[in-house]
Amino acid sequence: MIRLCDLKISYRIGSRVINAVDGVTLTIPDGSIVGIAGESGCGKSTLMKAIYGDIQAPMHLSGGTIEYGLKGADGRPVTPATIRREWFKSISYVPQSSMNSLNPVIRIRDQFIDFPGTDSNKKRVLERARDYIGRLGLPPEALDSYPHQLSGGMRQRVMIGLATFFQPELIIADEPTTALDVVVQKEILMLLMDLQEQMGNTILVVSHDMGVHYQVTHKMLIMYAGRVVEFGDTESVFADPQHAYTRMLIDSLPTIGDDSMRGAVASAAGAGGDRAYRVEAELIEVKPGHFVARPAARDGAPA
Amino acid sequence: MTIILKTEGLNKVYRRGGLVGGRSVQALRDVDITVEGDRPVVIAVVGESGSGKTTLAKTLLRLEAPSSGRAVVYDTVVAGPGATPSRRAFLGLVQPIFQNPFEAFSRYRPVDAYLHETARRVAGMSGDEAEAAVAEALRSVGLDPAEIRGKYTAQFSGGELQRISVARALIPHPKLIVADEPVSMIDASRRMIIINLFKKLRDEAGRSFLYITHDLATAYYISDHVAVMHRGQVVEFGPARAVMSDPQHAYTRLLLDSIPTTRSRWRPRRTAAAG
Repeated sequence: MIRLCDLKISYRIGSRVINAVDGVTLTIPDGSIVGIAGESGCGKSTLMKAIYGDIQAPMHLSGGTIEYGLKGADGRPVTPATIRREWFKSISYVPQSSMNSLNPVIRIRDQFIDFPGTDSNKKRVLERARDYIGRLGLPPEALDSYPHQLSGGMRQRVMIGLATFFQPELIIADEPTTALDVVVQKEILMLLMDLQEQMGNTILVVSHDMGVHYQVTHKMLIMYAGRVVEFGDTESVFADPQHAYTRMLIDSLPTIGDDSMRGAVASAAGAGGDRAYRVEAELIEVKPGHFVARPAARDGAPA
Repeated sequence: MTIILKTEGLNKVYRRGGLVGGRSVQALRDVDITVEGDRPVVIAVVGESGSGKTTLAKTLLRLEAPSSGRAVVYDTVVAGPGATPSRRAFLGLVQPIFQNPFEAFSRYRPVDAYLHETARRVAGMSGDEAEAAVAEALRSVGLDPAEIRGKYTAQFSGGELQRISVARALIPHPKLIVADEPVSMIDASRRMIIINLFKKLRDEAGRSFLYITHDLATAYYISDHVAVMHRGQVVEFGPARAVMSDPQHAYTRLLLDSIPTTRSRWRPRRTAAAG
C-alpha cells in the first residue's frame, strides 16, 4: 500500500511559491482502482507526478513523505529517491493525452523492445508483445505499424499495453480516455478493469468525469485546492457524499432521462461551479473507511 | 414559419493524395435536416470523432464548400448553389464558437481587441457604438467589461475565455450560433455555466444554436432537436427527448449505452479487495 504523510509539493517560480499539493495524508490500499477527481488546478496531476517520482524543477517536494510499500531490486524499500529505478517495472504512468505520447518515427514493436531493463532476447519479447496486444483487442499487424497509422482508440490501447506489459504493481493513468469518444472510452475502461482484475494491482485514475469514476473505481479521492476533500469507498462517496464540494461535482452534470435537470433546477448546479470552498488539511473518519475534510471554522459553503 | 436550418442532400468529399492513386473520404453523405419554427431552438449534432460533425459545422460556416447539395439558415441559402449573402451579411447571420478558446484568440493580442474588431467590421459600428456593444455583450454572458479590457488569454481560465467567445459571437446579433464542441476543453464542473448560458440566450435573446458535441448528456439537457451522425450520415434525427429516450437506430442505442452514468454500472464493482 502507498502511504502519503502530510505531503507538500510546491512550484517555485521566481520568488513565488505555489503549494499545489498542500498537506495530503492518505493510505491507498493494494489491489484497487482509486479515482481522483477535482477541478483543473486542484493538484491532481501534481500529486500523480509526485507519486510517480517525476519531480523536476520548478516542482519541489517541500514536505512530508511517500512510502510505496515496495521493495527494489536491492531488497530495500523503494523511496521517492529510488522510485525511478522502478519505472516501467513496478510502476508505470499513462500520461494525459497519452495517445500522442508514442514516438511517431518508431514502429510500435520497437517501442515494446526499447524498454529499459527488458529481456535482451528481442525475438522472445516480440512474441510476447504480439500475444499480449492480441489480448488487448488489437490486430497483430498493429505491432508493425507506426503510431499515425492507428486510430486514437488503438493508440490508447497500445499505451495501456505498454504500461501493463511488465505487470507493474502500480499504474497511474492521468485522464486516460478524455480525448476519446464514448464508445471507444467504454471499451478502454472495460479493458483497464479486466487487466486490473487479472493482475490484482493498484491503478490510480485521474478523471474529470464522475460517471467514469462511478463505473471504474473502488475508491474515490476528491481534491480541492491541493487538499483532500473526501476519500472513501466509491459506493459510499456516491451514495452519501459528505462534503458540499463532492455533492457539487456529482450533481454538476445532467443525466439522460432526468427531466428535472431540463428545468430551472440545473442552473443552480451550474452556478455551484463558481463557489469557493475552504478545505482543512485534517481528515475526519465519518464512517469506516470514509474520510472527509474537517469543516473549517468559517466555511462559506454549507457542509 | 421560418426555416431555421435546412440541409438538402449535403455531400462533402475530401480528396487526399495526388491526382493518381489519391483516396477520397466522404465526410458528409446526403445530409438532410429540416428544422422549422417561429421560436429559437438548440439543435444538437452528436456522434463520434470522424462522424462528420465538424465538417457539417464548417459547411454551415462557409469554411468548406459542399461537394453537392445546399444549406439554408433562416431562409437564406448559405452554402451550395444560390448562396448569395456577402461575407458581412453572412457573418451577421451565422457566428461561430470554436472548441479551444486558447487557440481561437492569439496569445499576443488583448482579447477585447477581437470583440471590437467584430463590432466594427462585421456589425459596421462606429467607435463609440462598438464600445457600448462590446460592454453589453460581455455583460450578457455574466462578465464585467472593466475586468476584461486589455487582458490576454493567459490571464483567463478556459471557461471565462469561452464566455468571451460567446460574447464576441453575439455582437453582430446573429440568428444562429454554430458551437463546435464548446465545452470539451472546460472543466466538467464548470461546463454547465456555458450550457446554461446558451439556454438563456435562446430563451431571452432569441438566438438559435447548432450545438456540436460528443457529450450526449448535455445535448439531452439543452437541445430541442438532435441529429445523430455516423460515418458522414445522419442516422437519426428528431425531437431530443424522443431520440434519446426511445432511440430507433442501433448506433444511437450504442452511443447511449456507452455513456458512463452514475446510475447503473456496466458491471458490478466490488469494494476494494484486501486492504
